[in-house]
Amino acid sequence: MRIRCPSCGERDNGEFSYLGDAAPLRPDGMEASAEAMHDYVYLRDNRAGEMRELWYHGAGCRAWLVVTRDTRTHAIREVQPARDVAKARATTPAGSASHA
Amino acid sequence: MLDRRPNFAPSPAEGGGLVGSQPFRTAAGGLIDRRRARDFTFDGRRLSGFHGDTLASALLANGVRLVGRSFKYHRPRGILSAGSEEPNALVELRSGARREPNTRATMAELYEGLEATSQNRWPSLAVDALSVNALLSPVFAAGFYYKTFMWPAAFWEALYEPLIRRAAGLGRAADAPDPDTYEHIHAHCDVLVIGGGPAGLSAALAAGRSGARVILVDEDFSLGGRLLAERREIDGLSGPEWVEQAVAELKNLPEVRCLSRTTLFGVYDHGAYGAVERVSDHLGVPPAHTPRQRLWRIVARRAVLAAGAIERPHVFGGNDRPGVMLAGAVRTYLNRYGVLPGHSPAVFTSSDDGWRTVADIAAAGGRVAAVVDSRSEVPVALRRMAESAGAQVVAGGQVIGTRGHLALSGIAVRDSYGGTLHIPCDTLAMANGWNPVVHLDSHLSRRPVWSEDIHGFVPGTLPSGMVAAGAASGRLTLSEALESGARLGAEAAESCDFTATAPATPRTDPESTAHTPLWRVAKPKGKAFVDFQNDVAASDVELAHREGFRAVEHLKRYTTLGMATDQGKTSNLAGLSIMAELTGQPIPAVGTTVFRPPFTPVAIGAFAGHHRAKEFRATRHVPSHAWATENNVQFLETGLWLRPAYFPRAGETDWLQTVIREVETVRSKVGLCDVSTFGKIDIQGRDALAFIERVCANPFGTLKVGRSRYALLLREDGFVLDDGTVSRLSETHFIMTASTANAARVMQHLEFCRQWLWPELDVQMSSVSEQWAQYAVAGPRARDVLKRIVDPGFDLSNEAFPFLGAAEITVGGGIPARLFRISFSGELAYEIAVPAAYGDAAWRAIMGAGLPYGICPYGAEALSVMRIEKGHAAGAEINGQTTARDLALGGMLAKKKDYVGRLMKERPALTDPDRPILVGVRPVDPSQRLRAGAHFLAVGAEPSLAADEGTMTSVAYSPSLGHWIGLGLIRRGHERHGERVRAYDPVRGGDVEVEICNAAFVDPAGERMHG
Amino acid sequence: MRYSLFSVLSQALRGQRDWKPQWRDAAPKPDYDVVIVGGGGHGLATAYYLAKEHGLTNIAVLEKSHIGSGNVGRNTTIVRSNYGLPGNIPFYEQSMKLWEGLEQDINYNAMVSQRGVLNLYHTDAQRDGYARRGNAMRMAGIDAELLDREGVRALVPFIDFDNARFPVKGGLLQRRGGTVRHDAVAWGYARAASERGVDIVQNCAVTGIRRENGRVTGLETSRGFIGAKKVGLSVAGSSSLLAAMVDMRLPIESHVLQAFVSEGVKPLIDGVVTFGAGHFYVSQSDKGGLVFGGDIDGYNSYASRGNLHTIEDVMEGGMALWPGLGRLRLLRHWGGIMDMSMDGSPIIDRTEIGGLYLNAGWCYGGFKATPAAGFCFAHTIARDAPHPNSAAYRLDRFATGHLIDEKGMGAQPNLH
Repeated sequence: MRIRCPSCGERDNGEFSYLGDAAPLRPDGMEASAEAMHDYVYLRDNRAGEMRELWYHGAGCRAWLVVTRDTRTHAIREVQPARDVAKARATTPAGSASHA
Repeated sequence: MLDRRPNFAPSPAEGGGLVGSQPFRTAAGGLIDRRRARDFTFDGRRLSGFHGDTLASALLANGVRLVGRSFKYHRPRGILSAGSEEPNALVELRSGARREPNTRATMAELYEGLEATSQNRWPSLAVDALSVNALLSPVFAAGFYYKTFMWPAAFWEALYEPLIRRAAGLGRAADAPDPDTYEHIHAHCDVLVIGGGPAGLSAALAAGRSGARVILVDEDFSLGGRLLAERREIDGLSGPEWVEQAVAELKNLPEVRCLSRTTLFGVYDHGAYGAVERVSDHLGVPPAHTPRQRLWRIVARRAVLAAGAIERPHVFGGNDRPGVMLAGAVRTYLNRYGVLPGHSPAVFTSSDDGWRTVADIAAAGGRVAAVVDSRSEVPVALRRMAESAGAQVVAGGQVIGTRGHLALSGIAVRDSYGGTLHIPCDTLAMANGWNPVVHLDSHLSRRPVWSEDIHGFVPGTLPSGMVAAGAASGRLTLSEALESGARLGAEAAESCDFTATAPATPRTDPESTAHTPLWRVAKPKGKAFVDFQNDVAASDVELAHREGFRAVEHLKRYTTLGMATDQGKTSNLAGLSIMAELTGQPIPAVGTTVFRPPFTPVAIGAFAGHHRAKEFRATRHVPSHAWATENNVQFLETGLWLRPAYFPRAGETDWLQTVIREVETVRSKVGLCDVSTFGKIDIQGRDALAFIERVCANPFGTLKVGRSRYALLLREDGFVLDDGTVSRLSETHFIMTASTANAARVMQHLEFCRQWLWPELDVQMSSVSEQWAQYAVAGPRARDVLKRIVDPGFDLSNEAFPFLGAAEITVGGGIPARLFRISFSGELAYEIAVPAAYGDAAWRAIMGAGLPYGICPYGAEALSVMRIEKGHAAGAEINGQTTARDLALGGMLAKKKDYVGRLMKERPALTDPDRPILVGVRPVDPSQRLRAGAHFLAVGAEPSLAADEGTMTSVAYSPSLGHWIGLGLIRRGHERHGERVRAYDPVRGGDVEVEICNAAFVDPAGERMHG
Repeated sequence: MRYSLFSVLSQALRGQRDWKPQWRDAAPKPDYDVVIVGGGGHGLATAYYLAKEHGLTNIAVLEKSHIGSGNVGRNTTIVRSNYGLPGNIPFYEQSMKLWEGLEQDINYNAMVSQRGVLNLYHTDAQRDGYARRGNAMRMAGIDAELLDREGVRALVPFIDFDNARFPVKGGLLQRRGGTVRHDAVAWGYARAASERGVDIVQNCAVTGIRRENGRVTGLETSRGFIGAKKVGLSVAGSSSLLAAMVDMRLPIESHVLQAFVSEGVKPLIDGVVTFGAGHFYVSQSDKGGLVFGGDIDGYNSYASRGNLHTIEDVMEGGMALWPGLGRLRLLRHWGGIMDMSMDGSPIIDRTEIGGLYLNAGWCYGGFKATPAAGFCFAHTIARDAPHPNSAAYRLDRFATGHLIDEKGMGAQPNLH
């Protein structure tokens, strides 16, 4: 599998490590509920189809990436720096889990 | 160079002209180099062939037809094919540590001194004791073993299975480490062309002329594919002449690389391909500094699959007898290798192209005993041509059986009237149509589709970026191969933004692909094999049908059809067609088997490349490595690190003696330890402290510049991730350390937090683990030693630089350094960091400075002893299953901030007071040794899971106390100091009574490190 | 027909004419008491034990393709009960005991072959970890031996002792561990279940789960609606997709695990050996092929195939452990889809929906669990209560914190 890192170019997937679904958002802050945290830590949609997921270019630039990839075919549609995605997200209220 | 004389020359004199020592070699012709004889042995018999031969062609030239024995019935087997699809002619090539079992004689190039041995037979190939299995074949039907050998139960491992195991398998693996080397290479190209036959060469030319980067791979040692094997004409040139011209042009194109002897074995995601180049397999021994094989990882923007097609055998009684061959293979041996495999060959065909075999044999001066065509209508021209070659022609007939013991001596033919003819012959060439090589396009889970035109499977939806040309796409004529190859090659280059035009298709001689497949012969005489290597007969497919194994995967698994080393290249369609007939379905409705990578078997060594032995993984050396090796160090493996474990001195006879001395020196004088393996993370920015607050479970708000603090990191699920220290060098600059084992994981975690969780924080970080050498100077004289190291002006006094102080200093006259007053040993201790380039010099300087104070180097063992004496948790306790509370660190958890792991650690099971908690243990009898991994049981309790109270995690012999001590996790341990339990260790025969105690065995108040 | 030496011989004389389909390829009935979704090893075993242990006969197993086409036919065939945590130990040992009596029980030779499972260690810390595990096994009455280097050498003299990057120091041996012919497990359970009246319905894909008042009433399938009082999901690899039909999110990700087989060769290695310094384990099948495997590829996938990086990683481990493997050839590699759970351990439990039961999350350890998973899942379905041996495999353990995390890797499925 080949992943096009925005800063390093296209690389073999062996350079990256995988975290999983990028949809769940950490319920930040002292007000977060244990239930919301449980869902964030443990529950996954585990979709068969296109999914946005977090990859880490550990053997490259150490960027976290949001990769839009189809889990049935492995086809990759988009790769974005996770920090950019997260910053764009910062305008929405914290702790709103996306799977609602 | 190979002899490229075309074989159009007039045939050798009738009935003669065969080379004396190679009785089946034609007098002339073929692409072998008759001036370069190659001697070789088969089962010890000395034989001779020519340069340009394969082992198979050389064996046939010498009249050797019996080459191996089959898997189950040990039936005699010969050579079926002339390519990588070969199921029968498998040999052990070479010997000793270079022995290669199951090597296809059809793919092994002949070299001087080649040594081949037949396999799966005893005592000899001709007389094989287990051929008795053939007599028992009525019993050994598909799946018989699932129905018996069940009684008595114990006999399976003791008797039945060992017998089966010994009988199974084919060749013998080498019995010593592989002496040869393998290497990996990565290549990128615009257009990858898979296959170097007419379609592939055309594609490579069309793409290559545009300037595109082209890689052409072919498994054969000569490019050309079927053009080397057939008598064809392209624009007035013979096949080999056209190939020579094409290859010459390709070699002149600077961006084109042609790789022969290279098998494209696998197609992976996103245009990644795996190929293996047999660099030295055509030589006796690889030349110096040359690998045996090279694994290519090719990344291609476009690929043209031009892998050709594989001919189908007929399914009739005794179709496995040595001498029964694929018709195309007979032509290959004749036209390419100058070998006519028999003196009286016959042809069994269901297609027009089978008759080419007759014409070729006749042209080479051979005589054809008979042509049996299963079709009742045979073109008159073909019939006349055969009859003029002396052949008996049987139209509408079928070969139903064969005769002969170890080789074919005749065939039984059922004619169109139902009568049976017996025709003597020593070779039978079968032509039953061709199957496109659809293997590679199914590697990415795609299925081929049925084509009524060719009565076979052709590529369906291809992987992104791949197109199929020539026979691989079902275009079976030469003209179509040349046309589609050129067109698709040009298109591939165009789609990579090159300007390419397909050249006009060359003129070729006429040909016919007329074909009416004969899926199996009715009422065969004897076993009619479908899968030769695994001895799967048509009757086994019938049995599978009878027993309900009708889905294609069931058929395959129940009968083992297609599971042999050839992956069913010649058998899968035959199996499907019989099942289709039995179930009354069309063939594609039965299904298709998915071909798995690799296309042909690939040596494990090639995949591993140079990652073997000491080079399996990188070895990381600490900055003091050179000094340590000069000073009699013993190393310890910690992940990739080689850490100094201890430094024996003359007269010390055992590791414990050394470690005790090192500990005592640190506790009484001073010691120096390389702690560079710890992770070091430089964190800077306006929000660096806020960031640290969120990733650490203990509070940091009060950490002043110039101070260090213990740092506890949790995972989000509430368990401890790691611990280390955070030192504040300035308002906005921090250094965090992580344990050796977790350094990379912690870095990844912190980057995750920074980039993904809290991108709004103004913080940057970098791993500086490799940039800084860091040494612990520990012991009562540590300050005295350091005074001689740090540059003047820095006040080392306890008041100016107290416990947990941190400072940026200089040493050795202006070299930047960092000094931390942290202690793992519990002694007065410092960790000093210098840029890694100064690591060696700094170590030597400190050792020199410590000489007057009796300094000694100490290693990881003494470090571990001292941390156990102090009751510090380390890797054995921070094992991913423990909470802060389990480690008796609950008290330091912050209450007023959010941090990673805060909520999840409060789950009921994680706060259960019954959980095991960190304690110290000491043997009741101080002479007894403790062992980590022992479980705690109440004294007198019967060992059981229910009685299990926890485990011993770390042990050490404590020089300070004079007996063994341990750390452990035991239920409610903090309430049980003074209680006695058993440390039960049955796997090592241990059972020691221990007393639970405070984990801090030495200086529990921590006075020494504050001094 | 009962399988025996006698029946095999008599059929040999009769041209194998009288064998019957090993299981009935049933058409679905309108209603069942219990429907098991998934005709893999676990599903078929569950149906068998429902019939045998709980006297239920109106049972169907629905399989979207053909039975045994999932992970039971794709794994590396290892069975063992060398676990270290109390939640796992009794369950896997029950499974091992069921393996030991399986062939007599179901009259099918699945070639249960107890030739030993050896896990190598390369450091003192690994040794102590194995001692901890072995001691736990011994306390549960399970065989476990901690071998030193010489003990390992006696078993597998051909591995690299002298020139290895990570020298072998010893190993943990479970002699009762071994291998089982994987396909035969599915076929054998199918045949035995079918003989007890279970309907095995192939080519029947579930497309929806019908509920009324919080209870399951049946399944929408590619072969029409099938009523069911109880439904058991046993579809490892696709558990999340089925759960999504009832709006359940699971603590599971689907990952691809690759497996490998070499060309067949004469006997080289007797038992199973697991490298402790890389991702590699190996055994040899009765046909002579070396069967080996390693780590999962590490990313979510529903495509049954992996990539070169992992293949190379596994082969490197193989060569590091056993340098004599170099010239042996890899014959095939393939992938299976694993339910990777958040703590590396499975789930056998009821769900919040009445009559809906879940058997999932087997990571790459489902094959060895087949008999006990079937046995305990059948118990859970029939009694509506967990079997004591699978009581730890609750779905709510992630909320309560009663995790069963053998490796201590936390809530990251691809690290288990």
